[in-house]
Amino acid sequence: MPADSAPPADAATATTPESVSVSGWGRTAPSTARLIRPRSPEEAVAALQACGERGGIARGLGRAYGDAAQNAGGAVLDMTGMDRVHAIDADAGTVLCDAGVSLHRLMEVLLPLGWFVPVTPGTRYVTVGGAIGADIHGKNHHGSGSFARHVMAVELLTADGEVRAVERGTPLFDATAGGMGLTGVILAATLQLQPVETSLMTVDTERATDLDDLMARLTATDHRYRYSVAWIDLLARGASMGRSVLTRGDHAPLDALPARARRAPLTFRPGQLPPAPRFLPEGLLGPKSVGLFNELWYRKAPRLRVGELQKMSTFFHPLDGVPHWNRVYGRGGFVQYQFVVGYGQEESLRRIVRRISERGCPSFLAVLKRFGEGDPGWLSFPMPGWTLALDIPANLPGLGAFLDELDEEVAASDGRVYLAKDSRLRPEMLAAMYPRLDDFRALRADLDPRGLFRSDLSRRLAL
Amino acid sequence: MKDAFGTPQSLLVLGGTSEIGLATARRLVARRTRTVWLAGRPSPGLEKAAAGLRDMGADVRTVAFDALDSESHEATLGKIFAEGDIDMVLLAFGILGDQARDEDEPLSAVRVAQTNYTGAVSAGLVCARSLQAQGHGSLVVLSSVAGERARRSNFIYGSSKAGLDAFAQGLGDALHGTGVHVMVVRPGFVRSKMTAGLEEAPMATTPEAVALAIETGLRRRSETVWVPGALRVVMSALRHVPRTVFRRLPV
Repeated sequence: MPADSAPPADAATATTPESVSVSGWGRTAPSTARLIRPRSPEEAVAALQACGERGGIARGLGRAYGDAAQNAGGAVLDMTGMDRVHAIDADAGTVLCDAGVSLHRLMEVLLPLGWFVPVTPGTRYVTVGGAIGADIHGKNHHGSGSFARHVMAVELLTADGEVRAVERGTPLFDATAGGMGLTGVILAATLQLQPVETSLMTVDTERATDLDDLMARLTATDHRYRYSVAWIDLLARGASMGRSVLTRGDHAPLDALPARARRAPLTFRPGQLPPAPRFLPEGLLGPKSVGLFNELWYRKAPRLRVGELQKMSTFFHPLDGVPHWNRVYGRGGFVQYQFVVGYGQEESLRRIVRRISERGCPSFLAVLKRFGEGDPGWLSFPMPGWTLALDIPANLPGLGAFLDELDEEVAASDGRVYLAKDSRLRPEMLAAMYPRLDDFRALRADLDPRGLFRSDLSRRLAL
Repeated sequence: MKDAFGTPQSLLVLGGTSEIGLATARRLVARRTRTVWLAGRPSPGLEKAAAGLRDMGADVRTVAFDALDSESHEATLGKIFAEGDIDMVLLAFGILGDQARDEDEPLSAVRVAQTNYTGAVSAGLVCARSLQAQGHGSLVVLSSVAGERARRSNFIYGSSKAGLDAFAQGLGDALHGTGVHVMVVRPGFVRSKMTAGLEEAPMATTPEAVALAIETGLRRRSETVWVPGALRVVMSALRHVPRTVFRRLPV
């Protein structure tokens, strides 16, 4: 064996970045960055030093729809290489894990122990770091709040190269929860989990004939369900404007399961279909095809069905069954528009839904839900009120101007749009939507005076 | 940064008094564009153009730029990029020349070629490098339908645009995958001060129509844009007409 043996192979990985085109899940506005994939806190520190003058931003599994996890001409830190679950306290229901661990992985590990992630969005393929950076919410927001509410502490690598333990209740924590990765790189987090008896859900499904019917049903009965969401047909006009299908439920208790399923109540086996083809023609999802889909989807739903048992993956993450489903929008990509308007602003919500339906925006993934109390994250999106999310093909002519008009309506009713999904907001609108923006900017100026943490989102909105 | 629809927040117009350039700037300022650099030879016209855009609420700066002085391009344009990201560069300078005179005075023909082609090569390459370093941006090059097939009536101008067009296409291929998007725009006869007094060609268009086509092209990330769009079909036919026939056509 030679005396001067080669250095360990992993020493070089953080310093040999590759230039790649990076875009968000909506596949609009790609830009090029050097991709660095740290696999340990030490490599993350080294990666930070290698960022260069255009700075860096952490990226998880790329499910943010817009440009939050891309950094033109700079560095993007792919955090999926840091994916270890360090410690699980199966009695207290807490877990300490790396930021690059996905919620999918956490479910695989935790469900057999009788624990579930406290909050999950419509996909399991988000990382813990991303979930905190965007302060994500799920179908249980009206009762459980956003993701950060269940985070006890994070390890944050800040611009000075220090790794700080950031506890809940501190300003740095509140700036980081929903801070879109701009306060530092989240390296690890301790989460408080949700106990479950089984891996199945009991689900009630019902139809609402129009928007008013939907809002009345949600208002009257949402508090009875842990999870609640409404799929809404935004192409339906006139009397059936806002017709929708409500799906609401809770984790099934053990005694709700049939005898055979009780033997292994905590199995987690999400199925998966083949991925969407790589090349699909533009305009596949026009008003006609989406209108047809919506019609069938609405008709297919039962008028009322109570206590149906569903797999978790079916209830929470139907789209995860089709890998790369974002490709169905073709090369032009798509825009997701999600906003919230407070309770008492129902008239504004009605106006917006009417405008979308009158314009015939082909959106087949539109969901409406009610938010509960907000959390202290300075740029955290949820606030008490109604939130509507919809997907629209980006190549729809005039869409930019149309969404700008909706922004005006949202801001005028003290609402806001969700930065994790944004790819087109006007920077001038931001301060009205996020009243603590100045605090956030001040903290960043203090903590990161050279502006080391930067993303296309932060450049576009001057965050 | 550009938004999801390709609309830039900052714009650099090379050829700051170009009517198509300004129509495009106006259109983009009405959407997202807040910072505009107008590069051109210092003149009251340039300042007036800047004032017009300022009235629309944009932050406009003018900078002295001469297409014929290729040696200055690196320094002049470098200074602009040093001030911040440029999301879109619109290469809009160009002169039509006077075919009859230019045929008699080779040096004035050379001036057309140097402005439209050589000047664009140096300015285009300098901008391309800066755009590549920032990892994003669009370089929109105003070519012409005249460059698609040289005609007897303006082959000097046409040949300079043909050179520019080929250069821009090649540059677009070279920059593929770098995050930088190059778009070649081929308008037909545009009613503007450049063509004032000339006999109008079929399918004539306006600076505003070109501006709209540019905005649409940005949204679609197109590589080539014809204005009006029907010219694409017309020209693909005309390209294959035998020369003996072509030279007799009333175009």
